[in-house]
Amino acid sequence: MPGWRIGNLGDRLFRGIAATFATIIVVVLLVIAVALTQASRETLSAYGFGFVVGQDWNPVEGANEVYGALPFVWGTLVTSFLALALAVPISVGIAVFIAELAPEWIRTPTGFVVELLAAVPSVIYGLWGFFVLRPVLIEHVDPALSRWLGFLPFFRGAPLGNDVLLASVVLAIMILPTISSVSREILRAVPNTLREAALALGATKWEMIRSVVLPYAKSGLTGAVILGLGRALGETMAVTMLVGNKPSMSLSVFEPAATMASIIANQYPEAQGRQHSALTEIGLLLFALTLVLNILARLLVWRVGRLPGDAGRA
Amino acid sequence: MSVRLATVAVFAGLAVLGCKGDGSSPAAVGSASQAAKLPSPPADVSLNGSGATFPNPLYQKWVAAYQASEKGVRINYQSVGSGAGIKAISDRTVDFGATDAPMTDDQLGKATGKILHIPTTLGAVVVTYNVKDVPDHLKITPDVLAGIFLGDVKKWNDPRITALNVGVKLPDQAIGVSWRSDGSGTTAVFTDYLCHVSTGFKDKVGSATSVKWPVGSGSKGNDGVTNQIKQTPGSIGYVELAYARQTKLPTMDLRNKAGKFVEASLEAIAAAAAGSLGKIPADMRISIVDAEGQAAYPIAAFTYILVYEDATDAAKAGALAKFLWWGIHDGQKLGGPLHYAALPSEVVSKAEVLLKLLKASGKPLLEGK
Repeated sequence: MPGWRIGNLGDRLFRGIAATFATIIVVVLLVIAVALTQASRETLSAYGFGFVVGQDWNPVEGANEVYGALPFVWGTLVTSFLALALAVPISVGIAVFIAELAPEWIRTPTGFVVELLAAVPSVIYGLWGFFVLRPVLIEHVDPALSRWLGFLPFFRGAPLGNDVLLASVVLAIMILPTISSVSREILRAVPNTLREAALALGATKWEMIRSVVLPYAKSGLTGAVILGLGRALGETMAVTMLVGNKPSMSLSVFEPAATMASIIANQYPEAQGRQHSALTEIGLLLFALTLVLNILARLLVWRVGRLPGDAGRA
Repeated sequence: MSVRLATVAVFAGLAVLGCKGDGSSPAAVGSASQAAKLPSPPADVSLNGSGATFPNPLYQKWVAAYQASEKGVRINYQSVGSGAGIKAISDRTVDFGATDAPMTDDQLGKATGKILHIPTTLGAVVVTYNVKDVPDHLKITPDVLAGIFLGDVKKWNDPRITALNVGVKLPDQAIGVSWRSDGSGTTAVFTDYLCHVSTGFKDKVGSATSVKWPVGSGSKGNDGVTNQIKQTPGSIGYVELAYARQTKLPTMDLRNKAGKFVEASLEAIAAAAAGSLGKIPADMRISIVDAEGQAAYPIAAFTYILVYEDATDAAKAGALAKFLWWGIHDGQKLGGPLHYAALPSEVVSKAEVLLKLLKASGKPLLEGK
């Protein structure tokens, strides 16, 4: 067979090309890590691990100049997890509605509209958050929260407008389409035989969803949430416009904060000397933080996947 | 078989690409002769610059006007920020840099050649506010202003403010301080001023493109601060004069060194430059905040274009020197409508001295000017 050898060559070529593409990703990641490490040598050697736990950020040259990343790590984690807390119930609700409950003629348009949210540029979310959502929060939501829940440390202080709450709500809306569209696909992948079995045993629709569909889809849903978290951690533009950009580590959602992405976006263009190095190190730290959270998420998906009720899936 | 065909096609493609490089293939010859048929433009010089965002509207206007009259010169200015502009000229990745705050001795020492500061225009930073039913031109003194930005003066009806504005009814409302979250020359000039007039501010905050503000919240860019103030009753902040004028924001009248309350205007800025003339050194690196003079507005600053005194590429350096010469003379007229103050004639003559120093490989570029 003369064609066999050429086909084999083609296969090998194809495998080689595909492997090259796969390697490129790894190489790019490595190059980024190396470049960031090199550019942040100055602060790496000056502060060591103290940079990560340092609470003060003062870029003015002189006696008070000091760089610490903790307020930004704090701001990033607080806004991202608050956004998750707001977005996850809603997005899973949307996914359940579309996959399990909605009639066909509602299903497609709703899914389409939700996915459209993902296509809106983040600067638009920032503008909308500032001009539309912010006044609503200031006039209606913030006073109510501080009046009824003001005794909690989370709602202390006078609402200024640009704060953790505003940034988190907008972030929640931004990650909603990611989580809900992935969740919907996961729910759709649940075999119909399981649903039928549950219904045949006399389960109501709610019981079927709660005790058969959701447990089966648990690991996939966790994965969807992780994707949303990834987007929230790195979001820059909208957060910078809304979060207030004051590095602080308050528990209150009425205080302005700063995130790792926002401080880089704000100060990088004019940064010089040690400040430049400190900002690059924040970039390196964000890189590491994303990596760690992703690994934790993988472990979580893996653990959830092995719980009973999900035995049929790898 | 299709795999073999595809492979052949790929190799044929590579062969064609390979030939194109040496100019012997028919395609390359064709395109070369086509180019020859076009009317030949004069020797093209293209100049690249980058730096400060503050003078960007003026520089873009300059470039458009200059390119229209001077054919064959192409100028490209990227407003990437003063810090990036200093870095770019120090690394020689651009033909000229631009900055609001003059370079420090340390920065000049690190550059690979002698860098000159050519002043191009004057800008000012104004204090703007949003308080219900309070008119434009609220009066303020330097120490009270510093007190507000330090968080010591917390309410609009603080006696230190009401005493300056007899007859104006100020509300019992918290002052919301708003500042630039991005590193900017505007912040550098404003904090430079506050450091000049308040030792408390100098000790606690200091002056830089980004500082650690004790109170308030930050917004990105002049537009961010403007929107923040417009949307937030009780707020105060600082923006460039041009921005405040275009958006019709109320601005405060500041008490200057001579004890007069002065509104920010192009004349008052020029007066600040004129009042500082005696102090301007030969290299032009100077801060003119808190200037002398009855009519001087106290938060004004020069902005500069950065060039190497001795260049290697004579054609480029010659074109750049001519462009800068044009800028400090004819270019000044274009600033007014954009709210940039023209350089006083004494400053122009000082800048002329600097421009005449420019040379390429030791040969002066502006002979006969």
